[in-house]
Amino acid sequence: MSELEFDPAANADLLDHREDHAPGDEPVESAGHYVFNSNLGLGFSIVLTVAAFVLANSQLIYGPSIPIALLVLAIAQMGVHLVFFLHVTTGPDNTNNVLALAFGLLVVFLIVVGSIWIMNHLHANMMPMPMEQLRQMQP
Amino acid sequence: MSDIPLPAAAETVRRVREDPHRLGHRDPHAHETVEGAGHGKTGPARKRIIVGYGFWIFLLSDIVMFSCFFAAFAVQREATAGGPGISELVDMRRVGWETGALLLSSYTCGLSFAATNVRSKLWTQIFLLATGLLGLIFVGLELLEFVDLASRGIVPQRSGFLSAFFGLVGLHGLHVTLAGMWLLTMMAQVQLKGFRPEIVHRLICFNLFWHALDIVWIGIFTIVYLMGATS
Repeated sequence: MSELEFDPAANADLLDHREDHAPGDEPVESAGHYVFNSNLGLGFSIVLTVAAFVLANSQLIYGPSIPIALLVLAIAQMGVHLVFFLHVTTGPDNTNNVLALAFGLLVVFLIVVGSIWIMNHLHANMMPMPMEQLRQMQP
Repeated sequence: MSDIPLPAAAETVRRVREDPHRLGHRDPHAHETVEGAGHGKTGPARKRIIVGYGFWIFLLSDIVMFSCFFAAFAVQREATAGGPGISELVDMRRVGWETGALLLSSYTCGLSFAATNVRSKLWTQIFLLATGLLGLIFVGLELLEFVDLASRGIVPQRSGFLSAFFGLVGLHGLHVTLAGMWLLTMMAQVQLKGFRPEIVHRLICFNLFWHALDIVWIGIFTIVYLMGATS
């Protein structure tokens, strides 16, 4: 073990906020802070989840817009999880974490949107296949 | 301010209180160094930071892998080859229970880390156990779902769509199962080795992993199940 080993409880009175923090980690706080954060996260998550499940089966909003609404709710809930459970913030001690997250999101976006885009165009340019031929292809 | 300098510790506390992130005091040419901050003055960052950050990078790569499965699912969604479509697969009540179990387990996992921070072995174990049981409920419900689907002839080899569906949902289930084994290992290590620094580091990583699994599940229940039920 190196002597740089860090135990926040041992250094509680000397802690300086200038160092970086890993995601899920925070400058030393009381347990009450963590519990409060978790409660908030759970509360927001329950509201967003229930809203998504209710919306999916209801006629409350214009039908074709439901998938968009569900996507928005999902992204909001992912944000809630990032902030309240993973403790990713916009503070200077979190710059590295946020930059890595941004790069990850960029790759995810390229993969998902690129795949859908390309495959839809391929699909549109495919020759329609007769039904008998499809049946023959089945196992 | 008086001329008598404060003790270093009191000085630090005063500074942190006034400006936690030193937004108004950051001077790039400042000579003051922070032990273990990893800013190039006192050697590498503390291990706690390096371990957590490295695991964060792994998690992001894991999420990129999931995004490939999501992309495959989105592309194959209509490729049912005359077989069952997505709306015939969805049992909303079961998905609701699965979501509830996983969300609550994320919550108890966060509480276990709060207990770890105050070095309470008992509460850490209790909350880890609750997390594990909720995860078990989730995996059990998912297994029931797969058995139920298989009994209706809905299996991965039926169509491209079903391959993508079982691949995506099954991969997530596999992750939760492996995380459950990790959780049991962590409970044993906390019990036998106590809160040694490296054990706490592993608990941080486990927390990150479990929360990330919940984030992936948000994507699955929205894009696969809820959107499938409305289509």
